[in-house]
Amino acid sequence: MNFPILSSLILLPSVGAIFILLSKSKDQTNYQSSKYVALFVSFSNFFISLYLWYIFDPNITDFQFVENRSWLPGFINYKVGIDGISILFIVLSTLITPLCIISVNKTITTKLKEFLIAILIMESLMIGVFCSLDLVIFYLFFEGGLIPMFLIIGIWGGARRVYSAFKFFLFTLLGSVLMLIAIISIYWINGTTDIVELYNLGIGENYQNLLWLAFFSSFAVKTPMWPFHTWLPDAHVEAPTAGSVLLAAILLKMAGYGFIRFSIGLFPIASENFVPLIYVLSLVAIVYTSLVALMQEDMKKLIAYSSVAHMGYVTLGIFTVTQQSLEGGIVQMISHGLVSAALFLCVGVVYDRMHSRLIKTYGGLASIMPKYAVFFMVFTLAAVGLPGTSGFVGEFLILMGVFKKSFLVATIASLGVILAVAYMLWLYKRVIFGELINKDLVKMLDLNKSEIFILMCLAIPTLFFGFYPEPLLNTIEASISNLIDTYNYKLSLTK
Amino acid sequence: MENINFILPEIFISLGIMFLLMLGVFKKNGSGIVYILSIVTLLITLGLIINFPSGQEVYLFNNSYKIDQLSTFMKIITIISGIFVLFSSYKYTKLEKIFTIEYSILILSSILGMMVMISAYDLIVFYIGLELQSLSLYVLAAFNKDKTKSSEAGIKYFVLSALSSGLLLYGCSLIYGFSGSTNFYLISENIHSSEYGNIFGIVFILVGLAFKISAVPFHMWAPDVYEGSPTSVTLFFAVVPKVAALTVFIRFLYVPFVDLIDQWQMIIIFLSLASMIFGAVSAIGQKNLKRLIAYSSIGHMGYALAGLAVGTNSGIQSSIIYICIYLIMNLGFFCCLFMMKRKDEFFDNLEDLSGLSKNHPIISLSMLILLFSLAGIPPMAGFFAKFYIFMSVIEESMYFLAIVGLVTTVVSAFYYLKIIKIIYFDTPKEKYDQDHHFGLKISLTVSTLLILLYFIYPSGLINFVSKINII
Repeated sequence: MNFPILSSLILLPSVGAIFILLSKSKDQTNYQSSKYVALFVSFSNFFISLYLWYIFDPNITDFQFVENRSWLPGFINYKVGIDGISILFIVLSTLITPLCIISVNKTITTKLKEFLIAILIMESLMIGVFCSLDLVIFYLFFEGGLIPMFLIIGIWGGARRVYSAFKFFLFTLLGSVLMLIAIISIYWINGTTDIVELYNLGIGENYQNLLWLAFFSSFAVKTPMWPFHTWLPDAHVEAPTAGSVLLAAILLKMAGYGFIRFSIGLFPIASENFVPLIYVLSLVAIVYTSLVALMQEDMKKLIAYSSVAHMGYVTLGIFTVTQQSLEGGIVQMISHGLVSAALFLCVGVVYDRMHSRLIKTYGGLASIMPKYAVFFMVFTLAAVGLPGTSGFVGEFLILMGVFKKSFLVATIASLGVILAVAYMLWLYKRVIFGELINKDLVKMLDLNKSEIFILMCLAIPTLFFGFYPEPLLNTIEASISNLIDTYNYKLSLTK
Repeated sequence: MENINFILPEIFISLGIMFLLMLGVFKKNGSGIVYILSIVTLLITLGLIINFPSGQEVYLFNNSYKIDQLSTFMKIITIISGIFVLFSSYKYTKLEKIFTIEYSILILSSILGMMVMISAYDLIVFYIGLELQSLSLYVLAAFNKDKTKSSEAGIKYFVLSALSSGLLLYGCSLIYGFSGSTNFYLISENIHSSEYGNIFGIVFILVGLAFKISAVPFHMWAPDVYEGSPTSVTLFFAVVPKVAALTVFIRFLYVPFVDLIDQWQMIIIFLSLASMIFGAVSAIGQKNLKRLIAYSSIGHMGYALAGLAVGTNSGIQSSIIYICIYLIMNLGFFCCLFMMKRKDEFFDNLEDLSGLSKNHPIISLSMLILLFSLAGIPPMAGFFAKFYIFMSVIEESMYFLAIVGLVTTVVSAFYYLKIIKIIYFDTPKEKYDQDHHFGLKISLTVSTLLILLYFIYPSGLINFVSKINII
């Protein structure tokens, strides 16, 4: 494969952004054409990534489509490539981005051009994160994502947007600088930052704990794990709908991906050592944030807290390191990417009409917005992990894996499932069912075509993978078993 | 006689200064032509320096003057930034009525002083260069003589700088007394830590030099002088003398004092840590952009010093890369300041930036890029500058320095973000004038693009700098 397909995936959105940047005049027609450019670019990126998934060979455990170019000579190479784990996240990113661009119709009234540029650059960086095979390149993409997201929250956000944007930026940056130190240390310990070489070389046992903690500080903030999650509700609530969607669907997944790729892959001994820590934090996240979510009056905040709980399952699954639990973790991330995106879009739909995110504003929407009620139902059930939705596959696999390791942890984690049902269904009940108390709601229109299209795009894969998760599991199976084999092999070396 | 070939740039620039002085005296309203000729002089000098065959080390005048990779490179960036300063501040100086012949000539003469400093290999030659540079800078700081703030800045800078020069000279005399020579190489042969005079001498010299690059705790002058001086002079202060001072730092630490690394390393680490922390924390409350830049440059000098503290070639190289990138960022930032004028009046307060993005999207975008770069966020050049520094710091396992340095970047990110917040999130104010001089536009475009696109080809600068081997 000579054509640099991954680099073109990364570059294409940026090229589109430059196009939009250079287009002149500020009238309304121009906004439309900018939007068409952005849509065209992001959809073509989506199809390229689908094609990539199609030609991707799931039976090979090595990285595929690898590109290696000299960048800092004798030092760091620009190296990208994908395996079964990253391809799914790339497809997820390229799917979510065009949906975000469609959704800007009503939400973004000012500076649409800049917004589209920010989203497209964000897409470039997100894809870059998932396919970089060098720690420094990874760090560049990982950190670079802060800039567009900061602007998305800060410029187009709600009332407390400045506070939230600053909190988001500084929290994540503080976590990440420690990772930078760890990356540089790895370079001086092993003489390379190339991930494939590092997998082969392995990292000295006595360094692993500290390095693991440094990486953990970055990913734990990004995931976000309890108690580093406080930026998330703020950021979600204040961000515009498209921003929340990107944040929940993809940015959080970067951390999960990082845990799999780096914490498990590079530091197996330390990962094993810190399993109790991860278990405790994940369980607290699952139970505590679910309880917090129960008490929320703001819909976005509720979904944000539910994200923390869902990511708790993910970290639980990842660090259990069994075939089922890791597969479950990844499926859960993909599913959460689809479902939380859809839920934020659902909130966005009513927010556009009523300009309120408070649960008590609504009630009885089922009678005036039946289509909306149906879609909301699908995603609510997917979020609680009803069999037949992708959420179930993920949670089930994770819990199955965890049961093997620790009965107690799995039991507590299963309790979280009940709590999730409680807060999600209660939310649904309060918003959709009941009497139509607020008379202003009567004027609300049901979903229009573009909204239906967006929600369809998310509902179909949610249900499809719920009934037939085979394509997902097939893609990741070989990569994960390879990962687990090396993990156990490296552990056995030290014993 | 063949020595003349090697110091041709210095000779040319001094002849240029004298000629321009005469021209200015005898020609009425000659400031325009002097301005253009100064740029031409600098360009020719630049050409003469580049012409010097690379890879050669030449000692001149009884080993008191050294021309090598380091000095050539530093002279090149000094002169290039000098040209950019003159180029970008044309309109500003005109409107502020400081566009006189002396302005250009003083900049030229301070650059000459810096060139002598950069090449000096002898205490006396070094001191001559330093004084030539400093005297020109005193006058420049006070150049807007109608404004009290400018005069105040000049006086403050003069008094404090004279004091630090005194300390430096005292250090030099101690070193001379205890080692018996003024030549850098001979000093390095005869200097011993067993004699306290040498240690005192080193401390005094380091204090003097730390003052010149405004490292904490010798930074007191910087905020006032930066704020009071005309903006074009502040730009000059913020970038050009730092290059020369850093070179002198490298020379002193790694030639005469190289054997006493145990003695000075702690001092440099302290200066570096203090500057990073102080620069980051105290910039947060600033309301004036020039003052803020003063504090931010204190912080940045802390990072550059961290590279020097390491004591390896890669450390020195990372400092040099840092200073280059720092220079471009500041150049771009000041270009934005020059553009903030309304009805021929310039603004330099933080609140004047409020909502700039609405009316001036291009300037705001440049500011955004430059500020993120100053904060060290990838993929801007500022990140790479810090990356190289921490690369060399961690190579020597100085984790404490690295962790403090990186945590202070988070703190300093806060005030850079604050500026971005004011530009992008706040309500817009009145429009600024759009009639910018083309030199200003070019300077801004070039510096912003360099910062933004550095990541595409980062090896260019490294290849240059990696030729500089001091140890």
